[in-house]
Amino acid sequence: MKRMSSLSASRDTIWLKLARLNWGLFLLICCVTAIGLMSLYSAAGGNVSPWAIRQFSRFLFSIAVMLFIALIDIKWWFRLSYLAFAGGVALLIIVEVMGHVGMGAQRWINLGFMKLQPSELVKIAVVMALARFYALKNIEEIRRLWMLIPPIAIILLPVSLVLLQPDLGTSLMIVMAGASVIFLAGVPLWIFITSGVLAVAAIPIAWQFMHSYQKQRVLTFLDPESDPLGAGYHITQSKIALGSGGIEGKGFLQGTQSHLNFLPEKQTDFIFTLWAEEWGLMGGLFLLCLLGAIFIYGLYVSLSCRHVYGRLLAMGLMVNFSLYVFINIGMVMGLMPVVGAPLPLVSYGGTSMLSAMIGFGLIMSCSIHRDSKMQSS
Amino acid sequence: MFEKRKVRRRLQRNSRQIKEHSQRITRKRLSNAQRNRHFDAVKSFSRRAFFISAFQGLLLTVLGARLAWLQVIQGEKYHTLSEKNRIDIKMLAPSRGNIVDRTGKKLAVNDDNYRVVIVPEQADNLEETLWALSKFVSLDEREIRKILRRASRQAKYLPLEIKDQLKWEEVAAIEVNLPDLPGVSVEVGDIRQYMYGEALAHVTGYVGVVNKAELEAGDKVLRLPGFRIGKDGLEKHYDLDMRGQSGRAQVEVNVVGREVRELSRVPPLIGKELTLSLDADLQMRTYERLSQEVSASAVVMDVHSGAIYSMGSFPSFDPNLFTRGLPQDVWEEWRTNPGHPLTNKVISGQYPPGSTFKMITALAGLQTGDINHTTQFSCSGRYDLGRDRFHCWKHSGHGTMNLVSSLAESCDTYYYKCSTEIGIDKIAEVARQFGLGQKTGIELPGERPGLVPDRDWKYGRFGNTWQPGETIVASIGQGYLLATPLQLAVMTSRMVNGGYAVEPWLTGVVGQEMRHLPRWQKMNFEDWHLNLVKKGMSEVMNGAHGTARAAQIPDPAMAFAGKTGTSQVKRITAAQRAENVAQADLPWKYRHHALFVGYAPYKNPRYACAVVVEHGASGSAAAAPLARDLLLMAQQIDPAAKPLVSVNDGLAHMRPARRRI
Repeated sequence: MKRMSSLSASRDTIWLKLARLNWGLFLLICCVTAIGLMSLYSAAGGNVSPWAIRQFSRFLFSIAVMLFIALIDIKWWFRLSYLAFAGGVALLIIVEVMGHVGMGAQRWINLGFMKLQPSELVKIAVVMALARFYALKNIEEIRRLWMLIPPIAIILLPVSLVLLQPDLGTSLMIVMAGASVIFLAGVPLWIFITSGVLAVAAIPIAWQFMHSYQKQRVLTFLDPESDPLGAGYHITQSKIALGSGGIEGKGFLQGTQSHLNFLPEKQTDFIFTLWAEEWGLMGGLFLLCLLGAIFIYGLYVSLSCRHVYGRLLAMGLMVNFSLYVFINIGMVMGLMPVVGAPLPLVSYGGTSMLSAMIGFGLIMSCSIHRDSKMQSS
Repeated sequence: MFEKRKVRRRLQRNSRQIKEHSQRITRKRLSNAQRNRHFDAVKSFSRRAFFISAFQGLLLTVLGARLAWLQVIQGEKYHTLSEKNRIDIKMLAPSRGNIVDRTGKKLAVNDDNYRVVIVPEQADNLEETLWALSKFVSLDEREIRKILRRASRQAKYLPLEIKDQLKWEEVAAIEVNLPDLPGVSVEVGDIRQYMYGEALAHVTGYVGVVNKAELEAGDKVLRLPGFRIGKDGLEKHYDLDMRGQSGRAQVEVNVVGREVRELSRVPPLIGKELTLSLDADLQMRTYERLSQEVSASAVVMDVHSGAIYSMGSFPSFDPNLFTRGLPQDVWEEWRTNPGHPLTNKVISGQYPPGSTFKMITALAGLQTGDINHTTQFSCSGRYDLGRDRFHCWKHSGHGTMNLVSSLAESCDTYYYKCSTEIGIDKIAEVARQFGLGQKTGIELPGERPGLVPDRDWKYGRFGNTWQPGETIVASIGQGYLLATPLQLAVMTSRMVNGGYAVEPWLTGVVGQEMRHLPRWQKMNFEDWHLNLVKKGMSEVMNGAHGTARAAQIPDPAMAFAGKTGTSQVKRITAAQRAENVAQADLPWKYRHHALFVGYAPYKNPRYACAVVVEHGASGSAAAAPLARDLLLMAQQIDPAAKPLVSVNDGLAHMRPARRRI
């Protein structure tokens, strides 16, 4: 025990900490963002305004936030976990109330330079709170059935608030990210299998409660050709744009489909389409490989952590990040319904960029302070 | 006995040691179990983490495979699909609302703007086509280089504007030769035209190209090529109203973005039309009259309703040049002209009001009771306060003066004397009630508030106390006092309409919405005070000794009243006073400003006007004749008798939008 505390990173200087930063991960993040900036430049018809320049300034701001988070000892984040969760839920309630009090259906808070969507930040807070909960429990405690009640409450509280918005896609993502942390913590497998079966059985019931536009999206996903000028139009056009890109792509700034306004959200949700049309299979696979490398970094940080909190946090956050990737890219390639999820770091948007970078900041903090000693309170 | 005790103690110790030892062993075993459990937990975590990572890897592989499926296996199919005609959604520019005068005469309208565009991808050889085109429209080598550079910076299927504002002959020539000009087409759009040009430039303002900052802040319609927004005047103030709403069209396009046919269309809505209170004839003649001076401005308004009938500022600029291309030397001339052509001096020019302010001092004195209709002061041509000496404009003095004659002959001494009793704060209060020292709220950008000083203001501005001499200077409208011509016209209106706090306005109807005229609030001035001041103003024009009697209108039905003002630009030195230097001998920019406020007809006030002739030297000689001409024209044209008509019959919104040819 003495050896561990002497190794603790808490007394290291900032420079030592910076030296221990995951510069490889940092480089990967910069590469993926650069791809986003190039695509935004192309989406504006070869112009830095209106998107690329603003995205770049947000990226610089997010880097500052990320480094700040990364350099703070993980035990502080451990202690702040429940507070962060409470703060996230409070923000959700605030936008919910503001949305009802004469500001229209507003789901964001205007910070001036960007619009903040609390539902994005809540995903991180849920992972933090769950990791905090399991960090000091031993395996016997974890295996007890009633010990599932607090974590499920931690997940369901924000999920119910997000469902009120109503935002089905985000709710499902919170559930999946939360479930992955519970899974990693060592909860018996039969619980997951049972709940999986129950969830499938519940689909017909959920269908009854879904909004008509949500039903429409699912139906369109199942048969895009049924509505070629309406909702399915985007998927079909996206597929045409991707497919016509071929192996080598049409060349930078030369994408025809993406530029011709076939895709109304070419700078946000459909940015991958634009990239893969102009750079082809080569560019698309390159981006997928970069993202895969980021996932592997998450696994590496998680396994090298000496404390349970860091292990759960790093892995949970990386699952959260990967969910965005799978949902967004799956959506533009017609593998998923159109749920309106951005591709983090690449799509134009302040909140998705900031929340992704906050997640990376926490993962880096886990890595720098992998030997920190955790105490309750 | 002793031995026995000793042995027992040893035995006890031994057994305790054994117990402790066994406990230690158990503890060690326990911690081993704990460690094993810890190890199990780590192993379980690692197993599950690897499982999740493997799942992530699987999903990434699925995405990669799907991408390959779409781009390689089905690539051919989608490539063919992308070559086929598809549907593009295009934004349609709205037409800007017109501006018309009170009778419906068009002041600003949209004209057709023919422009020639080229789609680089359709031109076999872009440069060659441009050279071919230069036979029909004037294009020199520099312009062609510029177009080629622009073409290299954007996608090849996007149309590129080559030249706009084509003449009909040019359009015809291009249309005839289209087969030899691959990729070239002629489009028609809107261009703003200002029918009254310079005469109305300051009121209408002008439209211009959307700049970068506006593009960032505004909506998508601003991105349309050739879109213009209001930059000054009413065009700026009502920009959002006049802009209209963009429409959209679904068009079938081929792979290079060329339209094949239109599928559906939501037409754009034309912007709202402005109906002004102005009378175009009176405005035109006001401007013509002003242009006889070097630099002057004037405004004519309705004393009861506040409607502005004409507003002119000379020199002016041609707003059409802003839309049709402004030559550099013209711009340079406008910028450096000492008459400030780009400024609307009616609302942005701030002048010391001079003697036109004397009515305010008089009303303040009447209200405090310091003077009444019988109060007399004698004028010896100067007034001493402590060590300072203040001169009346008439060196020999006016003799005995009462309120009416002091206005008629513009005696300064009378006001010097009574102002010391009234005090600056009361004078300032009355001045503000008559609209001085604050913006009138006219619907034009760039209005300035003027300045009405008082003790607090001076302390706040300079940090020292108000001097009695400064009250004396202020009583005749000099010193810190500043007013715009529009404020002076409002002041006059409020004096002669029975003391109602009328406010000026320019737009009677915006779109369908008629201006709602409030009942102006009655101000707290007694009628006989106002009548006394009006009598004084009438004597200025019509009395035997009035300062401006030379400019009177002889026709009693149209006779008018007013007050001259001559305000110093530069302090008169004692030496100049001794030598009696004539204004005409001074350089132009050092001469006095000439001011006049007036109203007509005298018996039943309807029109108020304010005139400022910059460096016109004398209010009675330069400004009064100008005001006479304006008030005479106003009464002859009589815009107040023409009701404000809205030509917007409710069908304007249905007007079909222009289509491309």
